[in-house]
Amino acid sequence: MRLGVSLPVLWSLGGLYVILAIASAAVQWLRWRQPEIQRNELVLRIRSWWMIVTIFTVAMVMSRNLSVAFFAFVSFLALKEYFSIVAIRRADRRVLFWAYLAIPLQYYWVAQAWYGMFIIFIPVYVFLLLPMRMVIIGETREFLRAAGTLHWGVMTLVFGISHIAYLLVLPDEKNSGAGGAGLVLFLVVLTEFNDVAQYVWGNMCGRNKIIPKVSPNKTWEGFLGGVATTTLLSVLLSVWLTPLQLDTAVWAGLLISAAGFVGDVTISALKRDIGIKDSGSMLPGHGGILDRVDSLTYTAPLFFHFVYYLYY
Amino acid sequence: MVSSLLRFLFYGVFIRLLVLIVLGLNVRHRERLPDNGPAIIVANHNSHLDTMVLMSLFPLRLLPKLRPVAALDYFLGSRLFSWFTLNIVGILPIKRIVSRGDANPLAPCHEALAKGEVLIIFPEGSRGEPEKLQSFKSGIARLAESHPAVPIIPVFLHGLGKALPKGEALLVPFFCDIFVGERLVWTGDRRSYMRALDQRMTQLADEGDFPAWE
Repeated sequence: MRLGVSLPVLWSLGGLYVILAIASAAVQWLRWRQPEIQRNELVLRIRSWWMIVTIFTVAMVMSRNLSVAFFAFVSFLALKEYFSIVAIRRADRRVLFWAYLAIPLQYYWVAQAWYGMFIIFIPVYVFLLLPMRMVIIGETREFLRAAGTLHWGVMTLVFGISHIAYLLVLPDEKNSGAGGAGLVLFLVVLTEFNDVAQYVWGNMCGRNKIIPKVSPNKTWEGFLGGVATTTLLSVLLSVWLTPLQLDTAVWAGLLISAAGFVGDVTISALKRDIGIKDSGSMLPGHGGILDRVDSLTYTAPLFFHFVYYLYY
Repeated sequence: MVSSLLRFLFYGVFIRLLVLIVLGLNVRHRERLPDNGPAIIVANHNSHLDTMVLMSLFPLRLLPKLRPVAALDYFLGSRLFSWFTLNIVGILPIKRIVSRGDANPLAPCHEALAKGEVLIIFPEGSRGEPEKLQSFKSGIARLAESHPAVPIIPVFLHGLGKALPKGEALLVPFFCDIFVGERLVWTGDRRSYMRALDQRMTQLADEGDFPAWE
């Protein structure tokens, strides 16, 4: 039987379950040792991770097109969450419909591996179309704010996220071991690992605030600890999953950890602007979809162009 | 038989998928919903989706007992539409405009409650402006007075008036918020009951700090 993915990808996915099992066991042990401390949030968070990893695994091993559709659905959920929390003008209800329509089209270009269209469709065509549709409706009050709000959402959550999916359709022979799925796994695992690592380092030895106005809990110690750990993991995983060499793997690790931090605090700034803590309630313990894909909105396009420039 | 199967498919499959995938719900205090009839769910009304979403919050075993109370003049139009609303949506039609000599317009509600059914009522009377609370009509107080033992549960809905407002045919996806309130017990007279209900709805609405929809 020929599976949809290569052996290194399967092993790495298996590794995720091992890590989750260890995390679950560690939490159980902590609860047994210190029953007086409430850890509901942590328990919920890990339970959600099990769910995310399981859905991700199914999406990755079934078939390439299904994996692309999976990321289209992630974009849809994230964009829906975004439109539901930001202030949208009543007049723009029908414009949102066109913004949503950009999702199936954008991912269709991805599935077709039509790079030229994939890379300009949203920055050029959708960018020009949405204001035109708004003008036809004719509401000029807060026009610029509305246009900016719509475009920022479509750019980060559809265009940005779709770069993960485009990794899947890059020619397999350039990454003979693991193929496009290997690059996706590398990017997603490092990005999420970096989130956790920065949080853990920050908790253990965080002292100096890095960006107190936006995210008062983020510290220099957390950031630098995360960068170091993620870069180390990047070097280890790159051998299996990517065509990167030692030097480029170090650069990729630095890029993903730094960009992940920026993506995280950018969504934090958005939430702070609106005045909410979590973007939704879809993922118990995490918040909403936006709280989980925030870092990916930065790491996906940047990592994509890094490998695309160097190897494809 | 056929229509109850179709109703099961409509609510059990189509509406659930629509609610789960196209919309997405954020439900607070779901445990306050009754697990059996008779009961009355009272909600603000902005969209045809309101009924569908409220129905989807209950387990399918209760489906035969769920009856959205709806305006006879609006929902019993052409024959096909009437068949759909009566058999598939399963509405309990009542008269909005009562003329002299008519029977008690709430009689069908009394009957349904006596049979142990769960009524879904929108006391605002119509869907109105999207995402704006209107004052409740007092028919609900009459029902409460006649059935002081029946639990009446206020529910605040937000976002459905954005997804599918009155007068629009194009559904645009939004996450919707549903805040279930605590059971409201009969206060002894209609006026204070209406005041208590209004107050409860405003409190629920204030639980979410939603940006204005203008």
